[in-house]
This record gives sequence, C-alpha cells and structure tokens, in this order.
Amino acid sequence: MTDVKLDEGAREPSGRPGLTGRASSHYRRIRTMGWRQLVPRLLLAAVLIFIAVWILFVTEVSSAQAAINEPGRFLRSILDSITNASLYFIVASGFTLIFGLMRTVQMAHGSMFLLAGYIALTFQRERLDINQGISPEQVSASNWLLPLIFAVLIVSGLGLVIQQVFLRWNAGQDLRQAIITIAISIIMADQMTANFGGVAKDITWPREIHGFIETENFRYATHRFFIIGVALGVGGLLWLLLNKTRTGMVIRAGVDDTPMVQALGINVHKVFAVSFALGSALAALGGVIGGSHASLAPSVDAEWLLHSLVVVIIGGLGSLRGAAAGSLLYGLAKSFAPAYLPASLTNYSIIATFAVLAIVLALRPYGMFGRAE
Amino acid sequence: MRFGGVHALSDIDLDVAQGERLVILGPNGAGKTTLFNVIAGDLRPTEGTVEVEGVRVENLPARRRPEMGMSRTYQRSRLFGGLTVEENLYLAVLGKEGRHFRFVMTSKDADYRERARAAAERVWLGERMGVLTSDLSHGEQRQLELGIASVTNPSLMMLDEPASGLSRGEREQLTELLLNLSREITLLLIDHDMDVALRVAERVVVMFDGVKIVEGPPAEIRANTQVHDIYLGRVTVNE
Repeated sequence: MTDVKLDEGAREPSGRPGLTGRASSHYRRIRTMGWRQLVPRLLLAAVLIFIAVWILFVTEVSSAQAAINEPGRFLRSILDSITNASLYFIVASGFTLIFGLMRTVQMAHGSMFLLAGYIALTFQRERLDINQGISPEQVSASNWLLPLIFAVLIVSGLGLVIQQVFLRWNAGQDLRQAIITIAISIIMADQMTANFGGVAKDITWPREIHGFIETENFRYATHRFFIIGVALGVGGLLWLLLNKTRTGMVIRAGVDDTPMVQALGINVHKVFAVSFALGSALAALGGVIGGSHASLAPSVDAEWLLHSLVVVIIGGLGSLRGAAAGSLLYGLAKSFAPAYLPASLTNYSIIATFAVLAIVLALRPYGMFGRAE
Repeated sequence: MRFGGVHALSDIDLDVAQGERLVILGPNGAGKTTLFNVIAGDLRPTEGTVEVEGVRVENLPARRRPEMGMSRTYQRSRLFGGLTVEENLYLAVLGKEGRHFRFVMTSKDADYRERARAAAERVWLGERMGVLTSDLSHGEQRQLELGIASVTNPSLMMLDEPASGLSRGEREQLTELLLNLSREITLLLIDHDMDVALRVAERVVVMFDGVKIVEGPPAEIRANTQVHDIYLGRVTVNE
C-alpha cells in the first residue's frame, strides 16, 4: 500500500502512519509541563474562582449585591454583557476581517461606524420630516430599516473607495496604511462635527422592537434581544461566507499567504476589495444599531475604534472565533466590573478591561485564537 | 536582475525545450531563486526578456502565469495552513480555470473537486484529503506542493528545492514522484543538493554568483572539477 510506504520517513514510534508532528509534540508538552507553565495556570484558576465566589456570595459591598440574594441583578448583568458583546462583535468582526486578510489596521473603522450612524439619523429624520424628539411610536420598521440599508451601502462604498484610492498601492506597508487611515479618521471626525454638530443625537428604534419584555420581577429592553439576534445572524452569515463559499475559501487562503494565492492565478485584489467593503459594511451596521441603542456624538468614533482594538487583541487578530470570544470577554468585564466592584471603587471599573487584556496577553501573546506570524 | 547595486543575475541565457528536465544547481546565493522569481513573475527583470512558448511574459504579473500553463513551488513550504488538503488543491484548479470571480460553487465544482482528488492520489495523499495542511508532516507538505503544482496540468512546472528538509526515505519517494511525472510537462528544478537533482535531470546548468558557469548532462557535471571547486568554495569567478 503506497500510503504506508509514504510515511516511512516520519513514522511515529507507535507505528501509526500519518500521526506525526503536531499530535506527538502535544503529548510531549503535557508530559514536560513544568512549574513555568503550571504557575500562571494555577494563578488564573485562583483568580477566576475568587471572582466567582465574590460575585455569588459577597454582599453589601458591591452595588449589585451578591448574586445568590439578587439573582435578577445577576441576570441583568449577564444580559448586559451579552448585548454589549453582540454589538462589539458586529463591529470588530469587520475590523478583524480587514486586518486578517490585508494586514491593514483600519484606524478609520470607528469613523465608518459614526458616519453610518449620522447618515441613518439624517435619513430617518428626512423621511419622518421631524427634526428632533422622535418617539418610537412614530417610527415604522421601514423608517428604521431603510435608513440602515442606505447607510450601510454608502459606507461600504466609501470603504471601497478608501481601499482602492489610498491603500491598494501600499499593500504590505502596515505603518503607512495605519497613518493614512488615521489621517482619514481625523478628517472625517472634523467633517462630521462640522456637519452634524457637537450635541449627542440618537436614531430612534422602530415601535416593533421598542419596549420591554417583562416577567413578574424582571424586565429587559426588547431591542437588546434584537441586537443579540443581529449579532448571531452576522456571525452565522460570516461563518457561511468563510467556510462554504469560493470567496470564503480564497479569503481564508489569503489570510495564510497572499502572494501564494496570486501565484495560483487568483486575482486577490478583487477579494481585498470585497473584504474591505464588507468590513466597512459591518462597521456601518454596528453604527446604526449603536446609534439607536446609545447615541452619536463626536469621539464616539474613537471609542468604537478602541472597542474593536481591544476585542481583536483579546481574541486574536484576523480570527472570527477570536472576535466572538474577545467580544464576550470584553463585554463581561465591561458590565460586571461596575456592578460587582465595591461601590466605592466603581469609578475604577475601566481597570477591569486592562486586567483582562494583561492576563490574556500574558498567557497567549497572540490573543485567544491568534496565530503567530 | 539588479537589487540596488547588487547584480543578482547577469547574462543568463537559458533555452528550455518542451518536455525537458532541466536542473539548475548552485550554492546558496548563486541566484537560482532570483532566476525563478523572474521567470515566475514575482520579480520584474531590470533588463532582458522572458519568453514562454513565444510569448513575452516578463511584464505580466505572477497571477497571470497559471493560465499560460506555468506553475511553481517555493523553497519554503507555502501552503495554506488553515485549509484542508482538498481545499488547497481546489484553489489551485480555481486559480487556473475559474476565470470569473464567482461567489458560490457552481456545477463545474464537482469537476474541480474530482481533479483535486486525482492530484492528491498522484502524490499519495488520497487518504488525507480532509486534513488541515498545518497538520501534515513536512514530507507530506512537500508532496502536496507537488500535487498543487501539477493539478492544473501545467506545461511548465518549476520546483524550488523540493527536497529540502526531507529525510533520505522521503527523498527517494520524491525522486520517484518526479520521475513518474508526465513527459509532456517541462520540468525546471532548482537544487543546491545533488542527489535528487542529478537523477531527475537530463540537462544541468550550474550557477555561481549570478552567472551561468557550466551546462551539460548530469554525468558530465558530476565529473566537472570546476563544479567541485564551486561547492568546496575554491573558485572565484573571472570578472
């Protein structure tokens, strides 16, 4: 049998042909895991157990009380984490798609988010012919969806233009691309302030998803479940795109080795263009949802760039699973820290984010699902 | 070919007949890979021309090469680690045949997959189709590269040190694979190591310092004292 003959050169001691390399080194690693690997793991486990015990049992000190006494508050924190994570995921998946394939750190990603929000806001107000104080009762589904679609199309088109005009001829020059996109983000930020003003504004949810889901002692905003649904949809569609289509296969190959994709005869520039437009569209989708959920104002763009950066640093640049895991972890840290830190320390809850970053990077320098270059 | 002030290649004149097995030998830094990159379109020559079947190609980008019937491998494995063996082969077929940028799989897909399977079997990877490339052994990865280079039925196949990093047993198999290749394929092979190369070659070109030193059949090269001197570092080229 030719197959057995094939493996003669690299046969494992066990005599099983084909089971080479990775599997055996994995076993070796477990056998020889010394205190250097063991200590950080034990520390991490201790920290996690401490946090769990704290949240479950320690009362009085934190604003949300112990979870065992106040399960409603705990459930709310969990739901808040997941809804925040959903929005992080929508935006950061676009960021990670662009980075993974083109090694472009799109520093104007937050600007795409904010611009889409403003476009949808303007379009919604035009359609309703009301300038401010729109109540959800006045907004039909189409008066929210059409502005969304419009904003996503315009911003993904803009993304495409930015990629073709400014980035295409700088392929592979990360620093130059980062500086160009920073410049674009500054110009866009100033233009948006000039056109849309410095006062915070928000897009109005349609009446269909406005309101609350209520039980006897618990109520939660309906639109937050809608956000979770959109994130699941985006995740599912991206997974299908990457794993079940030709384009997805080319994108995955391009993540590994772009010049080789070219050498196979595939025009990788088309794939770059598609991915950049898609990444911008995801930022835009996030922007319209974020602008409805929270509000649009100057500096929101920088905030969302930061969210995207944190998520992909935790999860690993260029990985869809990493974006999901990173969003979830970041969302948890963001919602649990203010609720469960001692009440006198809630001002410092931002530190929890950095603690998560530090721990993840100490254990996995390329992020949870990142791969070394 | 120049990089700044360095002449990486100069005055290389090379004719390869159809179906020929030509091996380019030379120590590290001789310019073998640069020559390959110029032929494959990864580099544009500063001067001179490259013709394939009468068509000048030196200014065409690398991605236009497969449709002209050319395929190549790289010195270091350049496989897509996140893709399976089948997907790697499929992409290569797609690169040559899928002229249009299509989003979804089409009816031609089954045909492409069939060709991918056939290529995998040719390089003894038929049973490993679903395995992620990063999980293959080094020898298997080299076999897969050969599979990728041959799956498009190229008329010219360029292999850059296909034997590097292989064990003795794996080299034997590689030699066998190369000897079994269809005679319609022109084979251009780089090596700095003689054992595989000289068994496959019909004609050998020895390069040193960007220049062609000698050329001839394997037996002649084996006996050539100048070649021995190059490999032992005893020669400097006449300027």
